[in-house]
Amino acid sequence: MTNSWTDIKNTDLVVVMGGNAAEAHPCGFKWVTEAKANRGARLIVVDPRYTRTASVSDLYAPIRQGTDIAFLNGVMRYCIDNDKVQWEYVKAFTNASYLVKDGFGYKDGLFTGYDAEKRDYDRSTWDYVIGDDGFVVTDPTLQNPRCVWNLLKEHLAPYTPDMVERICGTPKDKFLKVAGMISECSSPTKTMTSMYALGWTQHSKGSQNIRGMAMLQLILGNIGVRGGGMNALRGHSNIQGLTDLGLMSHLLTGYLTMPTEKEVDFATYMSTRQFKPLRPGQTSYWQNYKKFMVSFQKAMWGDAARADNDWAFNYLSKLDVPSYDVLRVFELMYDGKVNGYICQGFNPLLAFPNRAKNTKALSNLKWLVTLDPLDTETSRFWENHGDFNPVDTASIQTEVFQLPTTCFAEDDGSLTNSGRWLQWHWAGGTPPGEAKHDTYTIAQLFLRLRDLYRKEGGAFPDPIVNLSWEYADPNNPTPEELAKEINGRALSDLTDPADPTKVLVAAGKQVTNFSQLRDDGSTMCGCWIYSGNFNEQGNNMARRDNHDPDDTGAYLGWTFAWPLNRRTLYNRASADLQGKPWDPSRKLLEWDGSKWTGYDVPDIAPTAKPDEVGPFIMNQEGTARLFARGLMRDGPFPAHMEPFESPVANVFNPKMRGNPVARVFETDVAQLGTSDEFPYAGTSYRLTEHFHFWTKHNRVNSALQPEFFVEISEELAKEKNIDNGGWVRVWSKRGEVKAKAMVTKRIRPLTCDGKTVHIVGVPLHWGFTGSAKKGFGPNSLAAFVGDANIETPESKAFLVNIEPSTAPKDRGASA
Amino acid sequence: MNMELSRRGFLKLAGTGVAATSLGAMGFGEAEAAEIAHVRPFKLTTTTETRNTCPYCSVACGIIMYSKGDLRKGETADIVHIEGDADHPTNRGTLCPKGAALKDFVKSPTRLQYPMHRKPGSDKFERISWEDAFDRIARLMKDDRDANFVATNAAGVPVNRWTTVGLLAASATTNETAWATFKFAKALGMVGFDNQARV
Ligand code: SF4
Ligand code: SF4
Repeated sequence: MTNSWTDIKNTDLVVVMGGNAAEAHPCGFKWVTEAKANRGARLIVVDPRYTRTASVSDLYAPIRQGTDIAFLNGVMRYCIDNDKVQWEYVKAFTNASYLVKDGFGYKDGLFTGYDAEKRDYDRSTWDYVIGDDGFVVTDPTLQNPRCVWNLLKEHLAPYTPDMVERICGTPKDKFLKVAGMISECSSPTKTMTSMYALGWTQHSKGSQNIRGMAMLQLILGNIGVRGGGMNALRGHSNIQGLTDLGLMSHLLTGYLTMPTEKEVDFATYMSTRQFKPLRPGQTSYWQNYKKFMVSFQKAMWGDAARADNDWAFNYLSKLDVPSYDVLRVFELMYDGKVNGYICQGFNPLLAFPNRAKNTKALSNLKWLVTLDPLDTETSRFWENHGDFNPVDTASIQTEVFQLPTTCFAEDDGSLTNSGRWLQWHWAGGTPPGEAKHDTYTIAQLFLRLRDLYRKEGGAFPDPIVNLSWEYADPNNPTPEELAKEINGRALSDLTDPADPTKVLVAAGKQVTNFSQLRDDGSTMCGCWIYSGNFNEQGNNMARRDNHDPDDTGAYLGWTFAWPLNRRTLYNRASADLQGKPWDPSRKLLEWDGSKWTGYDVPDIAPTAKPDEVGPFIMNQEGTARLFARGLMRDGPFPAHMEPFESPVANVFNPKMRGNPVARVFETDVAQLGTSDEFPYAGTSYRLTEHFHFWTKHNRVNSALQPEFFVEISEELAKEKNIDNGGWVRVWSKRGEVKAKAMVTKRIRPLTCDGKTVHIVGVPLHWGFTGSAKKGFGPNSLAAFVGDANIETPESKAFLVNIEPSTAPKDRGASA
Repeated sequence: MNMELSRRGFLKLAGTGVAATSLGAMGFGEAEAAEIAHVRPFKLTTTTETRNTCPYCSVACGIIMYSKGDLRKGETADIVHIEGDADHPTNRGTLCPKGAALKDFVKSPTRLQYPMHRKPGSDKFERISWEDAFDRIARLMKDDRDANFVATNAAGVPVNRWTTVGLLAASATTNETAWATFKFAKALGMVGFDNQARV
């Protein structure tokens, strides 16, 4: 989230599209209710299903899953055509006026530079015109046909209300109502918030869905303001934290990135991370990259990371592919190329698409270790559960270790919520049986491996034997010790560059925050964006002051938010070019003539003059990008793409299947179905009574929602002779599920490109362990293909067929 | 109506309140004594309160956990109740149907208690000691890493990739656990290292 849960109360219009906050994030959704009750805010829901969020909305519009880009492009076009643009914001704070290179264009659903063989674009033309002074050439009058604004208008032109109806199945009058309400928020004194979740990410073009809304929010001037923003409602309690801390194949901490093979040494690695400002006088904060990177290497390898060995740069792996994301790893596993796997609090057997493939992949492992508080399906993938896990146990040669861990109630530490608040919590219960903290288990494995490498040597022991592990009890690092490492400290006295006699931070002391980090090895810091979490003031994540001066919803004294305790990102954009708030009743920051003051920590140097330095300091431009240059693999503008499995062809290019640059493995191509064989559009979702595959272990929630079902319209039920509550079989090219049918008015058939499209809804909470009845999940059906930029599987749009059936055998719960 | 009177009213309705019916005559003190004799003590009065947050979705509602026994005094602590934290700015005491049943998650019948081991081809899990499990896993990891580690690429550039063993990290562990896990996985050169964010 750019903003926070409590900030939602400041909004005038909530758009829930790609999510279902009332059911999946209920207590966060109460801030929508607050905004409606106290500000007269309105709520729009755009979703294939009339969800509980929709049931309290002011306007609901149906949409076919996987067509959000067409809808959003249509709204942007509407706003521009009707002059509903926050012009001052767009001109000053976005790259609308920047000129784009001549070669760039778009035709037949594809941008310039497409290579069908490589399934990739040559993105060299997707860039700005750079002048002799080294800066981007601009046309502040927006007259030049090659400026971003005019290229955008041209790109959006085909997305008329009729086209939106044709692609999305949204009736034109509904679409126009939505667009009309949204467009009102171009007023500087009206804001709209976007609340989205996996309904937008789980697509082969998920990143572009989000980009579409981000661009719309920029056109309306809604980023950086109270009650505005792009608010990703993260699915798990600490998915934000694990991403921030870089527990991903292509990342290091704080969005530093893993090196590739081409970056043969530290100088080469740094050469592509200079982030020179593209416009005069801009901040381009990533110019500090080296300080964060060197401090990170020092946190990892201490004295073994020195200037004379490139800060131990070669201890890091260098990637030969963009990432070893989970889909790639399971593909390799399926191919017999992975021998061992460790699953920490994760249930991939049910979480990744194409369950049959996952079972086969796990069966190829020599060994599997699970660390979990619960008896997961993954840890028992080898156990036969009749229809629910029809495996041949004896033939599975995988050695499995099922290690019990503590749960939240039994450990101390911080979780990062969707609004980037790092909230410390405390243990209140004794772990059951012999369950251990993950930190203990990880330490035990690490110390044993380090001993083995010290004794026996082996493959490149250096990064292991030299890993910094300075904990009072190396067997059991404490959460406080780990949090302090994340914050960082001075390794030698840090003196004031202006006055070398003045010590700013003494050796051994915690740095106050990342602004004190250096690139000469005199500081260490595990994760720069978190720095400030645990400094010499103490554990700032444990702060619990719930005062909120003037009821802005900021709560600056409550825990710690990254970065620097800032609650709203890009908050400088809440004020105009003179530094006056766009909406005085919703002031966030104000320029007092010499510095920024207000309710939040400024997202800009506190003395940066409002008419000189742009608000988007993490971009080289200082502005936000309506045109993304070559930074996204599938286009600088969002363009309509169908899901890989779609009931209708792409109207712009009927030959194009899915996202033209998304990676598809050979084995999976053969497993993609077509609408002749699988006529119905399947989708997946959560229910409010369950959390993933955890709460089915809990008797209360199992009683609330005991049994797996699929949801279909009355029309489809009639067509297929399916009774409400009767058994059905749903199958895709990859697998099948048996479920009770819930025949509902909440899902209605849509008409897309002249064709009737029926939707089949598949909730995701069942498996074969726990207290609920045994059941299946959407991953038995969904396709093994991911988003082109980030490889999130396309679990929200796949094709299925359905027929009346009989009950599966042995449905009884295991506990 | 204050708490005491309402409770007395309840006693009267329940037909147990001889003392209450003659309240005026006998005075409050005796009525109170009679009530205490009849009513089980409020179950949370002897518990320890601990602040935590809901581990499910990213709203991260504040909760208060009530336990019999105090971990901070080195005692065994048994969580008997969990409720919303009324001082928390986001949820202000409310919890959704998931958070409201958190105690039963902590106490799930399928919470794991002991390390278990499944031999290749076996149809069951068997107990294994932590020490044996750690020794065995460390050995499996070391042997695989030594056999399959890619130190350099064809051009002789150090690339340090261990692709044959992967790790999936948990999205409900703390940042501190995550950092320890990160150090472990990246130091070993595990490139197949990811978390739920992708899924
Ligand atoms: S109580 Fe419900 S809304 Fe609150 S964090 Fe837990 S799951 Fe989310
Ligand atoms: S039933 Fe629900 S709404 Fe009613 S009092 Fe109980 S908790 Fe509150």
